[in-house]
Amino acid sequence: MTGILDYGVGNLFSLTSSFAAIGEETVVSADPGALAEADRLVLPGVGAFGDAADKLRAAGLDRFLLSEASRGKPILGICLGMQLLFERSLEYGEHRGLGLLPGTVRPIADVIPAGLKIPHIGWNALRFPRPSPLFARIREGDHVYFVHSYFADCPSGVVTALTDYGAPLTAAVGENNVYGCQFHPEKSGGVGLAILSAFCETETPL
Amino acid sequence: MITKRIIPCLDVRDGRVVKGVNFTGLADVDSPVALAERYSACGADELVFYDITASAEGRALFTDILTETARRVFIPLTVGGGINTLADFERVLSCGADKVSVNSGAIRDPSLVGEAARRYGDQCVVLSVDVKRVDGTFRVFAKGGRENTGMEAISWIRRCVGEGAGEVVVNSIDTDGVKGGFDLPLLSAVTEAVSVPVIASGGAGRIADFIELFRALPGVDAGLAASIFHFGEVAIPELKQKMKENGIEVRIL
Repeated sequence: MTGILDYGVGNLFSLTSSFAAIGEETVVSADPGALAEADRLVLPGVGAFGDAADKLRAAGLDRFLLSEASRGKPILGICLGMQLLFERSLEYGEHRGLGLLPGTVRPIADVIPAGLKIPHIGWNALRFPRPSPLFARIREGDHVYFVHSYFADCPSGVVTALTDYGAPLTAAVGENNVYGCQFHPEKSGGVGLAILSAFCETETPL
Repeated sequence: MITKRIIPCLDVRDGRVVKGVNFTGLADVDSPVALAERYSACGADELVFYDITASAEGRALFTDILTETARRVFIPLTVGGGINTLADFERVLSCGADKVSVNSGAIRDPSLVGEAARRYGDQCVVLSVDVKRVDGTFRVFAKGGRENTGMEAISWIRRCVGEGAGEVVVNSIDTDGVKGGFDLPLLSAVTEAVSVPVIASGGAGRIADFIELFRALPGVDAGLAASIFHFGEVAIPELKQKMKENGIEVRIL
């Protein structure tokens, strides 16, 4: 069973539907007690970093996530949820993230050539600088759906997928049991479902 | 690099997909949920559901269809038609829509775009605009293309993007239903005026029209069409293969 953190940021309909489509049960909750039962956790999120980080903390879910991560439970952050895994973000000021992964979330405008549209929105191809369990069922060059104006600027050691938009942008990250996708697997057709399936096969320690 | 998107548009009335030719003379096609699944399986990059129902019963039926589609189809879903208030945004977003398209609702209340963008984010708000030439000037038409608002189209689009519209669907009434190709002069003017994604609509009749669109106007991000996909005149896998052969970045399943 997969636990989806429901902390009032964005709509979880497609995410829960996509887990249902791959035959995975979900519990959608803001209650750490209910979420602790899950074998793995998904941190979703759309909107602004600062607001989402505040809501996560107000619900007490920041401490819960850090504790579950330290116990080895697989955690997948999606889009803004991935960005929240990092130490800090420079979206409208400076905000502190969970610090589960090293790095800073910054505007893609800092690195892409002028003239490209922002947000980076649409289907783009993945390439894999290093293997990740998340991509066990898909191929390099497969397309996934992105919508974002900020990206994770982080050590290459945690980058598991890149996408090219005038410059290489972090598309997925991973370190031990902590995973993140900048793109939306729940909106990426069969490729996205294959990524979620692979996440559901990651090992949970006893 | 980001791919050019191919977007089938499903006009839904009383639970069925319909397509107007020059906005009149509607013909029944198929079940919206079945069509959506078929399009997703054959490589559509996104779907637009357009609610052309007027009655409350029809609207409830539409949200049921939307929910069922979002349960089964995992590509971006844009919903339009009858979006006049923030409550309408909420209604369709809670059924699984990813983006909401506003047209007449923004004309009636120009603050709607900005308010929705602040609440749901720019990426969620799609401005849809029906444009027709009147005495050589691009004019915005309302009510499904029946009423000339008198507003100049490019300045209207620029204003709505300034308010927070994250994408623009440009539908040319002059080329819609004619199947003689997209309205390149209009689309060119729009891509020069705004820096958000531009979706071309109205006029596609064959594969070559899409190739011409993306080659002539690299600033156009997506091509939208309805009946040519519904009636099988253009098959999406073949369209995308031809786009690729012509050097256009495209997602192939």
